[in-house]
This record gives sequence, structure tokens and C-alpha cells, in this order.
Amino acid sequence: MREVAIVAFGQSDHRRDTAEISEVEMLMPVLHQVLDAVGLRAGEIDFTCSGSCDYLAGRAFSFTMTLDGVGAWPPISESHVEMDGAWALYEAWTRLLTGEAETALVYSYGKSSPGDLREVLTRQLDPYYVAPLWPDSVSLAALQAQALLDAEDTGADERALAGVAARSRTAAEGNPHAQLTGSPPPEALLEDPYVVRPLRRHDCPPVGDGAAAVVLAAGDTARRLCRRPAWIRGIDHRTEAHSLGVRDLTRSPSTRLAAERAGAFEAPVDLAELHAPFTSQELILRRELRLGEGVRVNPSGGALAANPLMAAGLIRLGEAAAAIHRGAADRALAHATSGPCLQQNLVAVLEGDDT
Amino acid sequence: MTKEPVAVVGIGQTKHTAARRDVSIAGLVREAAVRALDDAQLGWADIDAVVIGKAPDFFEGVMMPELYLADALGAVGKPMLRVHTAGSVGGSTALVASGLIAARVHRTVLTLAFEKQSESNAMWGLSLPIPFQQPLLAGAGGFFAPHVRAYMRRTGAPSGIGALVAYKDRRNALRNPYAHLHEHDLTLERVRSSPMLWDPIRYSETCPSSDGACAMVLTDRAGADRAPYPPAWMHGGAMRSEPTLFAGKDFVSPRAGRDCAADVYRQAGITDPRREIDAVEMYVPFSWYEPMWLENLGFADEGAGWKLTESGVTEIDGELPVNPSGGVLSTNPIGASGMLRFAEAALQVRGRAGEHQVDGARKALGHAYGGGSQFFSMWVVADTPPES
Amino acid sequence: MTPAPSPEALQAPLVVEFPFTRSLGPVQSAFLTGLRERTVLGVRTTDGRVLMPPVEYDPVTADELSDLVEVAPIGTVTTWAWNPSPRRGQPLPTPFAWVLVRLDGADTALLHALDAPGPDAVRTGMRVRIRWAGERVGAITDIACFEPYDGAGGGRAVPHTGEFTDPVDGIVAPARLDYTYAPGRAQSRYLKALAGRTTYGERCPSCRKVYVPPRGACPTCGVATDEQVEVGPRGTVTTFCIVNIKARNLDIEVPYVYAHIALDGADLALHARIGDIPYDEVRMGLRVEPVWSEDGRYPDHYRPTGEPDADYDTYKELL
Repeated sequence: MREVAIVAFGQSDHRRDTAEISEVEMLMPVLHQVLDAVGLRAGEIDFTCSGSCDYLAGRAFSFTMTLDGVGAWPPISESHVEMDGAWALYEAWTRLLTGEAETALVYSYGKSSPGDLREVLTRQLDPYYVAPLWPDSVSLAALQAQALLDAEDTGADERALAGVAARSRTAAEGNPHAQLTGSPPPEALLEDPYVVRPLRRHDCPPVGDGAAAVVLAAGDTARRLCRRPAWIRGIDHRTEAHSLGVRDLTRSPSTRLAAERAGAFEAPVDLAELHAPFTSQELILRRELRLGEGVRVNPSGGALAANPLMAAGLIRLGEAAAAIHRGAADRALAHATSGPCLQQNLVAVLEGDDT
Repeated sequence: MTKEPVAVVGIGQTKHTAARRDVSIAGLVREAAVRALDDAQLGWADIDAVVIGKAPDFFEGVMMPELYLADALGAVGKPMLRVHTAGSVGGSTALVASGLIAARVHRTVLTLAFEKQSESNAMWGLSLPIPFQQPLLAGAGGFFAPHVRAYMRRTGAPSGIGALVAYKDRRNALRNPYAHLHEHDLTLERVRSSPMLWDPIRYSETCPSSDGACAMVLTDRAGADRAPYPPAWMHGGAMRSEPTLFAGKDFVSPRAGRDCAADVYRQAGITDPRREIDAVEMYVPFSWYEPMWLENLGFADEGAGWKLTESGVTEIDGELPVNPSGGVLSTNPIGASGMLRFAEAALQVRGRAGEHQVDGARKALGHAYGGGSQFFSMWVVADTPPES
Repeated sequence: MTPAPSPEALQAPLVVEFPFTRSLGPVQSAFLTGLRERTVLGVRTTDGRVLMPPVEYDPVTADELSDLVEVAPIGTVTTWAWNPSPRRGQPLPTPFAWVLVRLDGADTALLHALDAPGPDAVRTGMRVRIRWAGERVGAITDIACFEPYDGAGGGRAVPHTGEFTDPVDGIVAPARLDYTYAPGRAQSRYLKALAGRTTYGERCPSCRKVYVPPRGACPTCGVATDEQVEVGPRGTVTTFCIVNIKARNLDIEVPYVYAHIALDGADLALHARIGDIPYDEVRMGLRVEPVWSEDGRYPDHYRPTGEPDADYDTYKELL
């Protein structure tokens, strides 16, 4: 299989509200950042793929306007997924594997600020039996968290959830792009009221706006563009049934399967960037991914520090790659999720060459 | 490095109609998927991944509906991708699916596109009341009609050409049992005297609004060897995009379309498309887009596309049959329309197009476009594998 | 050169609302009709599990399902979440628990609300029963909610034909989402100037083309436009169509002319209506100027200036 690597990563500062700029005004500096990093112009990129969602913006075909930021002239080979950018990266990766492209630009963005995100996400649910009840995204995550707390085989308690929150947001103090940084100790967090029991405010991701981009390159092109490319050793994604009532919410078989297919269990990883918007979901993912105590999980702060929808998954891949670029990791796992309560999951394994 | 050849071994579509009130959204997509699997004589367990496409989610009011559709499409435990590239999405979706096989990531992939427009109203979905913007002054046809006028001015085409296209496509649709419009009593005179909606576009020269789905099973060389019916082989596939609106944009013949066509012809080794391609399924939502695309796709010199239409070259028994299925003018489930073009091209080279089969079709072009004439996707399929 | 100012960004409400009409298919039709009749249906899979609510396709095998069974309106909470502040559209107006409930006779769980006095009254494993809505129409909301129940169990699932008189075959699902739309820097600049009846384009620093309206980026160069250029007010009709059907929510008498107009100094045509001239006298190349209404943000329409028509060669690149 052809060698493909992430050779550049960039992201915006993630903020609660970016009403003063349009989507393209938010995205464009990030595109410039990654293209400058590899010294390429958009026209020199062989394939471009993006991810975004009309329902966040409240406008149909919203992605057509952000294409303005790319400078698609002369015309470019380009595609778009109505998914998190992690899946746009997957599509671009397959394009590089075929040999049709040497380089690819992948970007995604999401502005949650225009709408009421908890309400908007209800439109993602079964339109006949569930969406008419308007169950919001935090409530669904709370159902999953309670199932985890009830399960005898997890040992999870509310203190453990608070521990995830405190660790993530403390780590985010080193991330200049994070929306939410710093945390009281877990015991203090437990004194806060519930948002939707058993989830407190610290268990939930911040709602905000942001954009991210990466550049992919194959083989020697990657070596030329990047001092230490983050090679994609494996990448796979899997889906679960939609309805919460038919799933075991304490498990994520799709994550396990994607990780197996991506080769995650063939050797230990030293870093993992998990797309776990809710604290309880990190515990579920850790178990499925068999991450031991020695693995650094979400040194960026993860989705608990910044969760720009449609970009947050791509950011996990970008953060893991950036750690390899700067020599802070040698073999990293990156994970992205989509859909209610971890319905769809993607796992990638990235490696740097020996230095 | 060589790509794995990609074969189309299963094709299915729904009977397209204004409103499929007997099925859910899942039931609609399922119908097309099951027909594609049956055509390939495969079961759900034989499918490695699902790639689904549709136009804006607001049309059905379900955000990322593939999540809800995962169960109906047998995608549980499998990879599932959702593509959205505006009107070209059906074609782009098929190309994303083909890439999974060409890259040898998967061996057999189900790809599917749909729109259930009767759940809402397409004009509502397309004209949400965005603040500060002028309301859409002219409806869907009003966006396209000025470009048609520009084409007529540029080429000197006589005003009756559009009616010829509409009459041809609607007659072709009578041979296609899945087509939405079956206008048995239509005459050329009736097309010519139908109400002028967006002058120069008449009512009979516009596409309908349909509920429908289209599915294909794509597979590798080994999968094609096991297929019960002759496969269609992919000889080239390409996507091109250009910005929505920009200084110097040619709405009549967008460069992205020309470049995309040039790319698929290069991949397929085609130097004279007019002579080498036996059938074309192109995305013609308004009649005049046939002569416009004939030029854009290199079948006619600039300014001469209308002459092919006028002389009958694009009739089903002409030298270059265009839209033997009846095309978008007869069937338009928006998100699926592009995949229908790709699938109908494949049906032709498989010799399985039934009543609307073009005699001896061995190489065919499927074409889709969308947005402000800015997103293009195309493939060339043939009855024999590509030379590697 | 006039550097573009950074005004306060505009914002305005955007309501996205539609009553979606959803056809159901046979399984969902039977289930929702059953709810109207206070009958709770599940569906049996080929390997004998009972899925409730009944789905059309087996999430495990992808089989099409149609073997309907009746289950009890009584069941067990499998997980729950206390919702202290109910939101628009949710089943109960007062604090309630979201619950997944496995009804007796079923193997899977239904998502709905549980009416309980407080979180301390809710636990996983508690027994609950359906509280029916007073007025039932064949929708998931025919179940008003669940309520605590300490009576006898409901027993096993029993076969059901799924047939009812006057079945519902569709639902209307109204959906309203409220957004705050913000067009961003470049468009805010443009709109503010337009309020003073001045049209500003923005010039690309790279290709020097002037964009009207500006959208924040030069779409061919992918860089920010940052230099304001006053364009118009006069312009040339590059192409047009005559609209003969009334557009929704538009109070304009047909026929009228919808035209692409290249304002003098702009490198891109904008779209507007042409008035003050018979519709069949509008032509490509016609010179026009804006006519403002009292309160409009945009020109109401454009009218002929009386100048000679522009030569085709002067605007053909703008077509």
C-alpha cells in the first residue's frame, strides 16, 4: 500500500461566537497557514476535500461559499462530505492511494454559534420515532453516561468523569487554540449542579466555532514537504445501528473494529487524540482502544477544550500528526466520532520515522 | 503503481414519481439498493462499505440522514461515507465509491443516492429566508434562463432548439419504465405551445420534482468475474470544481466542465469523443442545456452544439444518442439525478437498458453538474475492462 | 485606495421552519396507528428477537422485517437522565427524566420521557407504564410519557396482524429552528454602504478584479479582498429572462424582467429586476440605473437611463 502522510496541520482559535466573520473569513487564514507550511499554492494541490454541515449554518449549500477561500481557479479536483473533516481526510487518503494524486488539501469548519446546537442536533435523529420528541444532544449523552455508571464492569463513577474533565482542561492550558482551559480539581467540580443528570457542565464540551485543515502527501513528496511526516499506517471507520435502544451504550464495537482494521493493536501507541465530546465517552473509548495508563490521552485538551462540530474530528488527526511532526510522539492514535452517542467512529494510526 | 479496475455489476432504481407516499425514506433507498444487489446476485454480507449521497439535508428535514439510514442500508459494522456536492452529488458519490475499490481499500461497495422531495418543497429548501439578502427574484428556472439567452446570443441558435430536446427526452422516457414523466400524448407542437415560464424557457422544457433513489454495486476484477450479467467497466472518472461566482466566469460553457471532460477522455484514451462515445447521459435540467453541454463536453465545436440537436444526431437512433433514458427532463430526484446519469450510462454498455437500449453501445459517458454550474463529475464506462 | 473599514458585524434572526410531510411505510404505519388505538407493536426478527419500537430493517442482519407482535404498555427503565429544564418541543413542560424503556415482551428499548417527582424517584430497573395522550393521532407523541408503575408484569409478545381500520400512512412533522445569521465582515461593510445608497465593491489585491457584492474572499485567488471601490450606480444588462410565473412570497406582477446587470466598474454582474420599460423591450446591452424605494435595503429595481445600448463586445466577458 502506498505511503501517505499528514504533512501539515492548522486550526483557528476556537471561540464561542464568531459573528463578526463569515465562514470563509474564518476558514481562509487556516488554509493559508497549511499551504504556507508546505510552500504550495491551492492550484498545486492535486485533490481537495472538505467536510461541513448545512444544518449548523441554517443554509442549504453553505459549503459552496467557503470554496471561495480556496481559490479554485483554474478549476480544481474537489469533493465534499456532509461529515466531520476526518471523513474528508479518509476520502482524500483513498485518492492518494490510487496514485491519482500526490498531494491533498483537507479542510473542515463548523459554526455552532448561529443556532441552538442542542436543538439542531435533534434533527439528526430518526425522523419518525425520535426527532418529534426533540431529545437534545446533552440528554442523549446523559443516558449513555448513566448506563456507564450503572454497568458493573466499568467501575466508572462521577468522580472518574470529573477526573477526565479536569485532566483535559488542565492539559488545554498548553493549547493556544483551545476555547476552554483550566479546571478546578475533580472534587470541586462535583459540587456543581447537573445540566442533565448525571452530566454536569464540566462533563460537556464547549459549544463553539472553528476550522481546521491538513495537507496530505504521498511517499517522497511527503518527505520533501515535511521534516518528519506523520505516516498514516492504518485508517478505518465503522458505523453502528442508529437507535439508542438497540445498542449497548456502554460499549463502542465500531471503535473497536475500526481500531483493529487500522492496526492499532499491532504495537503500543504513545499518544492518543480521542474525539470524546463528553467525559463518559472518553472512558468508553479508552476501554475499546485498550489504552493503558502509559498512553498520553488528549494532551491538546480534546473535544472538552474545543469542539467545533465538523472540524473536531479532523483536529484530532491534526493534533496527533503535529505531535509526530515535532517529535513529541512516535506512534499515535487518532479517533473521530459522528452521530448520537458515538454512532460512527474513525480510527487512524500515525507514525513518524525514527529520528 | 496501478489502480484496481472498477466494474459496475449491479444497478437498481425506484420508479420515480412526484410523491412516494407508500414508503419511508428508508423504504425508498432500500428499494433501489435491493434491486442493485439482486442485479449483482449479491447479499448484504457481500458489501464491504456504503457510500451515500444526496443534495441538501433541508429537502427532507433530516440532518445527516445517513445516520438514520445505516440500518436500512446494511451499513452496521461497516464503513459509511456521505457525499454532498450539490447537484453533481450523485456522480461524485459514485466516484468516491469507485475510489475505494481502485485504491484496493475495499472489494465490493454499495453506492446510493436519493431525494425524497415530497417530504418538503424543493423551492423552500433552496430559498430559505436568509437575512440581508435579496429574495430570489425568479425561482429555479430564473437562475438558468439568462444563461440560455446568453447561449442563444452567442451562437445564433434558433429559438426552437430547446423544444426539440424536451420532445426527444420525454419520448425517450416512454421507453424507460422507471422514468417519472410518461407523457404519452405529448407532441412537439404541445411543447412549443406550453406556457413560457422564464422566457426563453417553456414549461415543457423544465425538469419535474421527483421522489427517487438509484443504487449501484461496484466491485473489483475478481468481483466482476463472478457477476451474473456483463459488467460495465470504468475507464475514467473525474471531478472538477470552480467558484460559484467570479469575474470572468463562463456560465454558458464553464471551464470546470471542459477540464473535467478532458480529464476523463484522457484517462479513457478518447481523442474524438463524438466518434468514440456511443451514448451520453448528461445532466440536462432545462432543455437548452443539451446543446450547451454538447459543446462544453467536446462533442461539438463552440457554437455548433445546437446543430447536432437540430439534425437529430442526439436522437436515440442518431449517431450520438443523448439521454436515451429520458434524462433529468423526465426524472429529477435531485440528489439521485447525477447517479442516474452514471447508472444509465452503465446500463447501456451492459446491454441491459431494455426498451431504451442504444444498439451496439460499447462506450458511454455519464455526466452530472451542480451548484452555480460549478461542480462537475463524469465517468466513462465501457463493455470491456480498461487496458492496464 | 480606500482601505476597507471594520464595522460592527450585522446580525439578524433566521427562522428555518417547515411542516415536513413524512410517509411511513407499512411497519411504521402499523406502529403509529397502533399507538392511536393504545396498542403497542413490536416486530420480530428472523432470529426471534422482538424489536420495540418496530423498525423496518434489522440493525443486525439488515433483513426487511414485517412480523408484527403486540407487547405490553409496561416495562423496565434501562437507563435514564434527569432533565431539569425542558426545552421547546420536548414531551413534558415540567422537569422529567429521559428514559430508555424495555417493554415487557421486547428485547430493545424505546426512548421517551418519564414523569416523576424528582431524580431521586428514578432509577435504572424501575417499572413504568405508558401514559397515553388524551388526543391521539397516530404519532410517537400519542405516548404522552411513561409513569412509575408497581403492578403486574405484561408477559410475552403475541402475534398481531398490524391491521387497523383507517390506518395512518403519514405524519406531519413541524420543525422550527432559530438561528442568528451573521454575514461577516465584507458583507457587513457592503450592506452598511448600501443603506446610504452607495454600492461598494471590493478589489482583489492579487488579480485586481472588483467584486460586488464582496464575499470576503476573491474566489479565484483565495485571498481576502480589502480595498473598497465605489461602483455604479449605472450599469449594463448583460442577459435576462422574462418571468411569467409568480414566485412564492413575492409581490411582483408578472411578467417582469429578471436581469444580470454589470455595474460600471464591477467585474461581476449582479441580479435585479428591470422596470419602467415594457418587459418585451428589455434587451441585452440596455443601460440602466437603480430606483430606490423608501425603506428598501436594495434598489427596488433598475430602469433605463436613456443612454445608447452598450456594444456586445464591451460586456460579453461579463456574461
